[in-house]
Amino acid sequence: MTDPSVADTRRLNSKPQDLTDAYGPPSNFLEIDVYDPQVVGVGRNRYTNYEVRMRTNLPIFKLKDSTVRRRYSDFEWLKNELERDSKIVVPSLPGKALKRQLPFRADEGLFDEVFIEERRSGLEQFINRIAGHPLAQNERCLHMFLQDESIDRNYIPGKV
Amino acid sequence: MSFFGFGQSADIDIVLNDAETRKKAEHKTEDGRKDKYFLFYDGETVSGKVNVTLKYPGKRLEHNGIKIEFVGQIELYYDRGNHHEFVSLVKDLARPGELTQSQTFDFEFTHVEKPYESYTGQNVKLRYFLRATVSRRLNDISKELEIVVHTLSSYPELNSSIKMEVGIEDCLHIEFEYNKSKYHLKDVIVGKIYFLLVRIKIKHMEIDIIKRETTGTGPNVYHENDTIAKYEIMDGAPVRGESIPIRLFLAGYEMTPSMRDINKKYSVRYYLNLVLIDEEERRYFKQQEITLWRKGDIVRKSMSHQAIMASQRFEGSSHPEKTPTQSQEEDG
Repeated sequence: MTDPSVADTRRLNSKPQDLTDAYGPPSNFLEIDVYDPQVVGVGRNRYTNYEVRMRTNLPIFKLKDSTVRRRYSDFEWLKNELERDSKIVVPSLPGKALKRQLPFRADEGLFDEVFIEERRSGLEQFINRIAGHPLAQNERCLHMFLQDESIDRNYIPGKV
Repeated sequence: MSFFGFGQSADIDIVLNDAETRKKAEHKTEDGRKDKYFLFYDGETVSGKVNVTLKYPGKRLEHNGIKIEFVGQIELYYDRGNHHEFVSLVKDLARPGELTQSQTFDFEFTHVEKPYESYTGQNVKLRYFLRATVSRRLNDISKELEIVVHTLSSYPELNSSIKMEVGIEDCLHIEFEYNKSKYHLKDVIVGKIYFLLVRIKIKHMEIDIIKRETTGTGPNVYHENDTIAKYEIMDGAPVRGESIPIRLFLAGYEMTPSMRDINKKYSVRYYLNLVLIDEEERRYFKQQEITLWRKGDIVRKSMSHQAIMASQRFEGSSHPEKTPTQSQEEDG
């Protein structure tokens, strides 16, 4: 049928797309915001925590909209759990800032505004990166971090 | 030959009989340059003349014999000392004696078998060449003429399409299809990717052609991968039910036919790699092997009978009395 000296480049047959699929909402919506840093505690036991709000339509997450408060060491806990249990290369967290915890600083150390903003931004990047990874979504620790009120450090690690 | 003063020496030259009419083909050399060499096919006769030109006319050239060899050899780069010769033919041109004047010798290697295609790769080289030698007591005079051999195939009888459903559970399901599994070097890959489930944020999708050269055997097998082509087929995030067409013209890329276990020394295989990249630069991919083959050019009336015989030797061409143009009924 076709002229053999010209290559046959006709497209392969495929089913036409359903209009509900074409114009429906995408099923890959996942957004996590880290914001509203608040200082908690008094004196030498003060620390900062952040609000972590997740909105999604991925079915693997039980809640489609969840809000929790987390501090830096909670993020560290999550990173360690994932490094141990999953086979992913876990992205890095913003720095631990040990020097800022020493006394006699010119600025406010751990509670310096610019530092908090940098840390907040780094934590937001970190959690968005990790939550979108299909292998991380299987880990119990990620779901507990994002959607449980508080982190139970004595939990039994496992897959969802 | 005297150590002092002028001993007689000679230049050797190899000239093919059909040097005017024979086509040349470009072939990569080991250092990456591309040179043109005379092109031969399996079964073709290699004939020509060896010119021995004395440097100092009037003086005699004593020699222990003049011969010409046709050699096909495989050279592994990590084992340079050992050349493995799979074709080795010799013709004696002159018995030991002396030449009083420049002389020309005719030679003919009839219907030489050239079972494999010339190949210059990352770790291995297969080459064919003529070597004319004037043997002498202390040092030989020799000259090599390299040629290039192509192996031709005809349209394969069985060329099924590749169609598969793959994915990550609950995250990404796709069905991909390529129209054939065997492509010739100037063919077009026509296909499509159909998205059944998309729960990740895809940024773009591309098709890569990967060449894998395998050398060595047993515990010393070594693979060398090379990405020959990267071709973006989709930019943006697809949704369920979308179908992305693929049309990849192979003629623009430098590729060789697939080679399987050549003389038990090396293989060259080609893979299509479908790569999806998401917003966080994570890559999801599916690799699929394809077979590449070399199609003979459209036969012109002047094509030698030997080349016609040669191009019919492969892949079950069932009509030996026909000329080897693309058969109409074997349409891809």
